[in-house]
Amino acid sequence: MRKFKEGVIEKTLLTSALITVAVTIGIVSVLAFEAIRFFKEVSIIDFFTDTQWTPLFTDKHYGILPLLSGTFLTSAIAISVALPIGLSISIYLSEYAPKSFRKTVKPMLELLAAIPTVVYGFFALIVVTPFLQGIFPNLSGFNSLSAGLVMGVMIIPFISSISEDALHAVPKELREASYGMGATKLQTAFKVVVPAASSGIIVSIILAISRAIGETMIVAIAAGQQPRLTFDPTVPIETITSYIVQVSLGDVQHGSIEYRTIFAAGITLFTFTFILNTISYGIRKKYQSNYE
Amino acid sequence: MVSEKNTNQIMNKIRVNRWKDQLFKVWGVACTLIGLILLVVFIGDILIDGIMRIDWGFVTDLPSRKPEKAGVFTALMGSLWVLVLTTFIAFPTGVAAAIYLEEYAKKGRFSAILEINISNLAGVPSIIYGLLGLEIFVRILGLGASVLAGSLTLSLLILPIIIVATRESIKAVPKTIRDASYALGASKWQTIWNQILPAASGGILTGVILSLSRAVGETAPLIVVGALAYVPFAPGHPLDDFSVLPIQIFNWISRPQHGFIENAAAAIIILLLVTFMMNGVAVYYRNKWQKKWK
Repeated sequence: MRKFKEGVIEKTLLTSALITVAVTIGIVSVLAFEAIRFFKEVSIIDFFTDTQWTPLFTDKHYGILPLLSGTFLTSAIAISVALPIGLSISIYLSEYAPKSFRKTVKPMLELLAAIPTVVYGFFALIVVTPFLQGIFPNLSGFNSLSAGLVMGVMIIPFISSISEDALHAVPKELREASYGMGATKLQTAFKVVVPAASSGIIVSIILAISRAIGETMIVAIAAGQQPRLTFDPTVPIETITSYIVQVSLGDVQHGSIEYRTIFAAGITLFTFTFILNTISYGIRKKYQSNYE
Repeated sequence: MVSEKNTNQIMNKIRVNRWKDQLFKVWGVACTLIGLILLVVFIGDILIDGIMRIDWGFVTDLPSRKPEKAGVFTALMGSLWVLVLTTFIAFPTGVAAAIYLEEYAKKGRFSAILEINISNLAGVPSIIYGLLGLEIFVRILGLGASVLAGSLTLSLLILPIIIVATRESIKAVPKTIRDASYALGASKWQTIWNQILPAASGGILTGVILSLSRAVGETAPLIVVGALAYVPFAPGHPLDDFSVLPIQIFNWISRPQHGFIENAAAAIIILLLVTFMMNGVAVYYRNKWQKKWK
């Protein structure tokens, strides 16, 4: 009896674990199913080479490049804010700051990542854009600059927290050996500790990039809804994610080509984040036991 | 022999290095403070924009075309429904999956696949979960753009977070507790249910609350699933149409009249209050739980 009960429990638990596999299979097959039907109507060569994305107009073009350039542009701005600041914070907290300071500041910074993204979108549109218009008068009301900057602030804790964990895990002996040679804290940090923790730091950066690519609400609110192939940060653009939001807000018939475009856009986005996540998982697994 | 010139050069270099060291320290403090200052500026600005708009009527009023008459009641109730349903779906499933992975799964290819899979799911953008929910729950299962369809979608979204947090807390339970339970003749499940889960409960609770606070703030997947910006009544049934606070905020931000911006700021204050409270409770449990095993 007891053995039977234990067996049933194990099977139930296994089913729950298998749900996670079902989710992945579900995501891939749903995206692939609708995308394949999309590519029956639109040539895959046009999809990757056409420089216009206008599925909602009468003159329809299905080139993903404008959405990709929008996604790339906002993510690049975000990373160029978050990377130097996040990395400096992590080195400062791990190598310089007193222990009590580190313990209070880290959770406060992590609060930045807990704020819902719609709130950041409000901030980018209502506060940051008007402020930047004071400096650059020809900045549009919707633009990738303020969306990217605010997104950068949002992902600071991703880089600072994970990098700080990695720096903190570097054994004290390495630092002491370096101090013993007469090196300053700065020299020790950059020549000994950062290289030793490099795998963790790289993982944090990849995760931040992946997060920026998939971020939706900030760009949907503040960056506009005009797909265009440009790297000008002052004009309205559209990212893959905000296109999906735009279509979802409208009244699109199930089974229409417009409906399928969001899955074609979705599978493109999924492919990018999947590659980034797999790389970061590989790095984590390879170097996990370095200093444990 | 070191000449005097060489000594001077070395002394100079040391001075420059020390100076650089101090400079970086200042830079590090500045970066850390920038993060914190921005947090204060964000919250301060939103408080200034919205605090005057919050009164009892704002919380209990139905949506309206006129900004001064509109309230967040239906959105707030929608968020509450989503929160409750998501808890009921994601909490048991996530904890059960984590127990299986930590206690039952044998090390091998199968458990390696499960692990890679969960780590990948945690990195899938939330809007992709929206596409999954739209096709599976809304269309194929025929749930429509209902609270249940939205909650199921969010449950899948937070499942990986709950699983990772639960596994970490189970791992932290000392082996001695397990051994003692087995020595007394307890079965595997009795050991898990009576000893390991209670011992790990603080950490599990922290992870679950944090993941739920994320679910409350999610906007994009629910927009894709088809949650509405305007719902005349609060949902009374899992299959009713719904809106949630973040979608209400998004809708108000996209309107031109200034009154709606004020409304958006006021609704953001309520949303942040909920998010920060959940985070506070989670941190409290984490601290309490961490002390237990040290």
